[in-house]
Amino acid sequence: MTARFAPGSRVLVKNDWPEERGPCHIRTPHYLRGRAGQVERVLGAFRNPEDLAFARPAETRVLYHVVFDQPGIFPADGKAPDKLLVEIFEHWLEAA
Amino acid sequence: MSNPARAESVEQLDRLVAALLAKGVVTEAEIAEQQASTDRASPEIGARIVARAWLDPAWRAMVLRNGTEGAEALGVSMAGAPPLGVLEDTAKRHHLIVCTLCSCYPRAVLGYPPHWYKSFSYRSRVVREPRAVMAEWGSPVADDIELRVVDSTADYRWMVLPVRPAGTDDWTEDQLAALVTRDVLVGVALPKLPA
Amino acid sequence: MSDTEHTPAMHDIGGIQRFHCTPVERDEAPPDAFGKRVDALRQVLARKGYMTVDELRRGIESIPEPEYFALTYYERWLRSIELLMLEKGVVTPEELT
Repeated sequence: MTARFAPGSRVLVKNDWPEERGPCHIRTPHYLRGRAGQVERVLGAFRNPEDLAFARPAETRVLYHVVFDQPGIFPADGKAPDKLLVEIFEHWLEAA
Repeated sequence: MSNPARAESVEQLDRLVAALLAKGVVTEAEIAEQQASTDRASPEIGARIVARAWLDPAWRAMVLRNGTEGAEALGVSMAGAPPLGVLEDTAKRHHLIVCTLCSCYPRAVLGYPPHWYKSFSYRSRVVREPRAVMAEWGSPVADDIELRVVDSTADYRWMVLPVRPAGTDDWTEDQLAALVTRDVLVGVALPKLPA
Repeated sequence: MSDTEHTPAMHDIGGIQRFHCTPVERDEAPPDAFGKRVDALRQVLARKGYMTVDELRRGIESIPEPEYFALTYYERWLRSIELLMLEKGVVTPEELT
């Protein structure tokens, strides 16, 4: 499976809220929606949990470790050098 | 707190297990064997991975590349378990692990997650104010260290490979492993020499 | 960015400030017998192909909010496992009464 983004790529997490549209199971934390980060590593490919959770046929999707500026996301409490490192599936990412 | 289960929940479990047993879906032996196997996993395994990495550069490179292989080399069965990733601390970077969505935890090498790891307060606070939590727990982080909060939300499970403390140059693997507590492996504490 | 524009799902609590008033409790007790049994049952059912961990989470996330916060950790697991076994027809409601 080919990864669309290479380590170092700037990416944007989709500002999408499927939980407002009905029952779903997603692994992208709310606080990252619409946020820009940088691909740290390609972690491999895994079956899409959004389908596995409902026992539907689940395609394999590329999973990335993406790093985000922590005070950029939590300005009131964050500290300058700190980062958030989170696993995000490719279908949640677009080029920034 | 980790309140004990209500009597009605224990009864609910008994009814479910009885139905599953009656239909041949599971057996008592399978449940008992699974519990025994889960009980055997403990932070001593993660501590061994770390202590060996402090002593052996080839081992260190291997576990950083593939933590699953490291666990298997210590005799842990990783078949069917999520892949294990090892995050390397440096003099300028420290990792701290949480799962804000549920309670993902490297059980194969740390055992059952403790209550606090699953608590709403830990899960909500650590991404927002990681330094406050670490300071409350007795491991304040210096201003010039980059703290990386790892929100473990998907298919990997993560453990921290901390920096080897100064003053341990002639220590054995067993002595080093004793410094590596579960809290150190989660990253909420830093290894400390006995006073 | 969600605090104003969107309401995150009940379980999606990273950074949510309603849980910030109390320090993290250092409760070191291992799971009790009930918790360990639920834990083991979940793993056996997963290994034998009756459910996935993703389904477990989806079941937990579907618990109505007041109960979600009233139940203990392994009580939420049990609720989800039971829901899944009923949903898949592995057991019937009559068998659980």
